[in-house]
Amino acid sequence: MQKMAEHKGCGTSGGSGKASCGTGAGENDMPTEIWEKVKNHPCYSEEAHHHYARMHVAVAPACNIQCNYCNRKYDCANESRPGVVSEKLSPEQAAKKVLAVASAIPQMTVLGIAGPGDPLANPGKTFKTFELISEAAPDIKLCLSTNGLSLPDHVETIKKFNVDHVTITINMTDPDIGAEIYPWVFWKHKRVTGKEAAKILTDRQLQGLEMLTANGILCKVNSVMIPGINDDHLVTVNREVKSRGAFLHNIMPLISSPEHGTVFGLNGQRGPSAQELKALQDSCEGEMNMMRHCRQCRADAVGLLGEDRSAEFTTDKIMEMEVNYDLSSRQAYQEKVEEERQAKVAARNAELETLAGENADLKILVAVATKGSGRINEHFGHADEFQIYELSSNGAKFVGHRRVDLYCQGGYGEEEALETVIRAINDCTAVFVAKIGHCPKEDLAKAGIEAVDQYAYEFIEQSAISYFKDYLAKIRSGEITHVTRGDATIRQGAFVSVDA
Amino acid sequence: MTYKIVASQCTSCSACEAECPNVAISEKNGTFVINPKKCTECIGYFDIPQCVAVCPVDDTCVIDNSLPRYQPSA
Ligand code: SF4
Ligand code: SF4
Ligand code: SF4
Repeated sequence: MQKMAEHKGCGTSGGSGKASCGTGAGENDMPTEIWEKVKNHPCYSEEAHHHYARMHVAVAPACNIQCNYCNRKYDCANESRPGVVSEKLSPEQAAKKVLAVASAIPQMTVLGIAGPGDPLANPGKTFKTFELISEAAPDIKLCLSTNGLSLPDHVETIKKFNVDHVTITINMTDPDIGAEIYPWVFWKHKRVTGKEAAKILTDRQLQGLEMLTANGILCKVNSVMIPGINDDHLVTVNREVKSRGAFLHNIMPLISSPEHGTVFGLNGQRGPSAQELKALQDSCEGEMNMMRHCRQCRADAVGLLGEDRSAEFTTDKIMEMEVNYDLSSRQAYQEKVEEERQAKVAARNAELETLAGENADLKILVAVATKGSGRINEHFGHADEFQIYELSSNGAKFVGHRRVDLYCQGGYGEEEALETVIRAINDCTAVFVAKIGHCPKEDLAKAGIEAVDQYAYEFIEQSAISYFKDYLAKIRSGEITHVTRGDATIRQGAFVSVDA
Repeated sequence: MTYKIVASQCTSCSACEAECPNVAISEKNGTFVINPKKCTECIGYFDIPQCVAVCPVDDTCVIDNSLPRYQPSA
């Protein structure tokens, strides 16, 4: 994704945010027609995710396979539909919810159905929901996530409802590996297990992917990285899905805590560290665009990625809400968003030019506290995640995000909470914040992380590039010595915002 | 003569409802139940009871021993 949205020299211009890549059509460049489709999609464009919001509606509880990282007793615990779903909706309730949210959050551009089971194991509910929404809110883009088992049977219907994006979770193309991930699939009225099950699943997934891309429907592939099981193999998966036309690959860390009660959780199967995840994503990046800003959202998530406003839109509240869906005020708002977005890109590019001529080999990571709009606008103590950028003489590149427990929250002593934050961003040289107290600042410094508040409310990338220039200058003048940072921990659990 | 659903185990995922060839399964107060009058243990339709095969929680769709086994009428 990074390459599509952020690569050097590719700016956006014009009121529509159209790509104007002046660097020539290298493999880094996304074809214009794809960029047009994804540019305002928060999940598909890293850059867009600072500005546009999505929502999921939980209308699809049934599933037709079992994954070892999922415990259906507590809802699906992983991938893009993880965590707990508080309420399952009927298609009519879902349609009302979409209108209510779209009216309250004008930058909400995408509606997804991502479970909590498999949307295509619930075709009636899924497509009824799409039908109701496309009638009432034609400007909203529809997408769905599926395990792919029944995908080939539904490609025609997906086309008919104008679904322009589909995500398929593909964790393997080798049935031997699949047998370790999937205990069974429900196929032709039987429960099939072992290698045979994995073979059916992979055949159907790849067939479905081919059919979708042949029909011009954008496909993203999600993979869960399970160390020791499919971590090496995912490079092959990456190649296989790319050759079948997938436009984006999202490799996510396994979430497995014993308390989730999943097979992997109970077996002690660990998830990857931040460095392991990044190394795998980097090694696939030459092959195709990689998505690195996935939040493994709940199946009923609402709002910007990294933000969870679902608590504002419970069924009770929605049913009482007076909904006034006004297309033109939504459009007006989105035009403002585009202006802000252009300003950000322009500022980034201007700053980038001042880096020209720097060709130090140095790369450092920095963490950023933000609540959207591409700005450093969150207080250190209020951040429930940090966005991670890799800085080099090529500029600032988004490489991921780290969820943390709220520093200012109960449940942990402040000291302990700060330790978990440090563990989560331990590979970073600095953390950019809008504001930070004196004590945490000192503690961070002791851990070797510089807390930077001088760029409060400024654009992230512009500030990061400027910081990097200063950093290089200080090394050169001997004021500081660069120290290599360590590894960092990925926090377990689905993204649930506590302050929503 | 029938299967039943152990309510305390059921996740209300509704997977079984769509698979039952006899439309014997429905939702009641947030959990799924089997109508014993309609269940044929899938005999006459499939080799294995569909609710058992599709249910994600093992031992949730079980034989109700308090009732006699289903006898297909000849
Ligand atoms: S596809 Fe998703 S909902 Fe279904 S079992 Fe796997 S992880 Fe759970
Ligand atoms: S055993 Fe078969 S007929 Fe009986 S409830 Fe289950 S699916 Fe329906
Ligand atoms: S499949 Fe199992 S868990 Fe799901 S509704 Fe039926 S009995 Fe309940």
